[in-house]
Amino acid sequence: MYELFEHTADIGIRGFGKSIEESFEETAKAMTSILVDLNTIEPKKTIKITAEANSIEELLFEFLNEILAQIDIEGMIFSEFKITKLKNNKLEAELKGEELKPKKHHTKTQVKAATYSQLKVYQNQNKEWVSQCIVDV
Amino acid sequence: MDVAQLNKISEYEWEIKQTGKMNVPGRIFASQALVEEMGDKVKEQIQNVAQLPGIQKSAMAMPDAHWGYGFPIGGVAAFDPEEEGVICMGGVGYDISCGVRTLKTNLTLEEIQPYLKPLADELFKTVPAGLGVHGKIKLDEKQLDEVLLNGAEWVIEKGYGLEEDLEYTEEKGKMEGADPTKVSYKAKKRQFKEVGTLGSGNHYLEVQYIDEIYNEKIAKMYGLEKNQIVISLHCGSRALGHQIGVDYTKTLTEASQKYNLNLPDKELAAAPINSPEGQDYFAAMKAGVNTALANRQVIGHLARTAFEKIIPNSEVKMFYDISHNTCKEEEHIIGNKKKKLFVHRKGATRAFGPGRKELPKAYMQAGQPVLIGGTMGTSSFILAGTEEGTEKTFGSACHGAGRGMSRKQAKKQFYGENIISNLKQQHKIIVKAHSAAGVAEEAPGAYKNVEEVVNSVHYAGLAKKIIRLKPVINIKG
Repeated sequence: MYELFEHTADIGIRGFGKSIEESFEETAKAMTSILVDLNTIEPKKTIKITAEANSIEELLFEFLNEILAQIDIEGMIFSEFKITKLKNNKLEAELKGEELKPKKHHTKTQVKAATYSQLKVYQNQNKEWVSQCIVDV
Repeated sequence: MDVAQLNKISEYEWEIKQTGKMNVPGRIFASQALVEEMGDKVKEQIQNVAQLPGIQKSAMAMPDAHWGYGFPIGGVAAFDPEEEGVICMGGVGYDISCGVRTLKTNLTLEEIQPYLKPLADELFKTVPAGLGVHGKIKLDEKQLDEVLLNGAEWVIEKGYGLEEDLEYTEEKGKMEGADPTKVSYKAKKRQFKEVGTLGSGNHYLEVQYIDEIYNEKIAKMYGLEKNQIVISLHCGSRALGHQIGVDYTKTLTEASQKYNLNLPDKELAAAPINSPEGQDYFAAMKAGVNTALANRQVIGHLARTAFEKIIPNSEVKMFYDISHNTCKEEEHIIGNKKKKLFVHRKGATRAFGPGRKELPKAYMQAGQPVLIGGTMGTSSFILAGTEEGTEKTFGSACHGAGRGMSRKQAKKQFYGENIISNLKQQHKIIVKAHSAAGVAEEAPGAYKNVEEVVNSVHYAGLAKKIIRLKPVINIKG
């Protein structure tokens, strides 16, 4: 599950999950939902990415920005995100998607970057993992 | 923000008292109504910026200020390298050198009428805009390094513009000291197909007419008159700039720990100017600036070719190009002493008064043109920098209307299709957009009143109102 939350100039993204991994994956979906209509993406092709940082929060920042970089570099858009390994603030992940086509995917607003603003990874009262940040659009 | 917490200096100037760890006070330049509209986060961010080492005079906010990343958007601060001053990623942001370019034409509002529809179609076709749309220029790493080093100069050599365009571009189209080796390969790879693209969000290209002249003398010096058609475009350094921001957030966060800067907010991500990390960021940021200047040069030229194709005998000349997310090394007088300062303008435009060596010769007496973008349905403005502003704010003014409403709220309240048809019926503005949702986010009602923002700049003495522009065509990403 994911949601978007309010910020004066930009948008907040938040993902929920049973594990940190799942909350990261959901946050990636939240971010993609700003760019395009998620339902229009067919997960035809898989690419692998890695990210590492000095803390779990900074790892979320690196992970989300790596996805944005891959969108430009590969010319793709992704709908499925799977973190295959997460240890010592390093991760490996698989992104599934297809070539980005503005008409097919109903492109909306570009995200310039995930930021440190309201960057948090924590467990809520329901023992769910929550990860979030503000993205610059 | 509650004005009772501030010291009122004048109707348009407010002080945040120096307390706690602040090295200088804060200053807000705005009418009382605009200060009251600003969230408390703006005050908190100004107080944070005021704590940075080597800061001079005060941490400042322009009248369009709102909550940003480390710095408020609309934040200005200058640092002295001789006093352990810092260079701060939060003072530049993720869209390095985002800015506005305005070109002037030999056409009047009346003359352009028969061509409006085909012109809008041609501009929409010619100027690559929106998410996932690539530019006509495809570069390899070696060619892109040329853009990073030589900015607008390089794209003009490749046929995208005229030599004379450079005279009317800030930094003459090229910031010296850019170093492509300080920019990651990932940042470059993201940019191979992006040069000459508008992007999305609040980026646009508008055809506008001069609707009102407030200062005939300076308007004449600028070569502008009533009803004249101009073209304005707003965009930045695209994915390359975003990735430099991301890469150096990490580098400068680590540096701030290494040099024990004790930042009040992690997002300020800073390093001493005289440190290898600080110098690396400065050289990379300059490469980002050059990329933005090249980008706006290409788009401006594409607009020029569209005009020439659709309207016989039309002439399009550069008026000015200015960035509003930058850090620049500039000379300023502090007390009686001339100092070299690193001036950060985050969502704030440089606004130098007459006589500064950075100005084009033609504008030396008038002062620097300050280009203020409005919203789709309202007005944009051209102001002129003043000596008073150069002294008060290191020569800085606002950059736009400034958002008053979140994008999510705007999408709840407005529908893109309705806005487009209202603008057409009520204001005769043709809007051509790649995304209807994007139009809703950028609805005129989601912004502060641009007239109020510009009046605050004028009456605070930061820059003089010269001209008001109204849109006739708006191309949105």
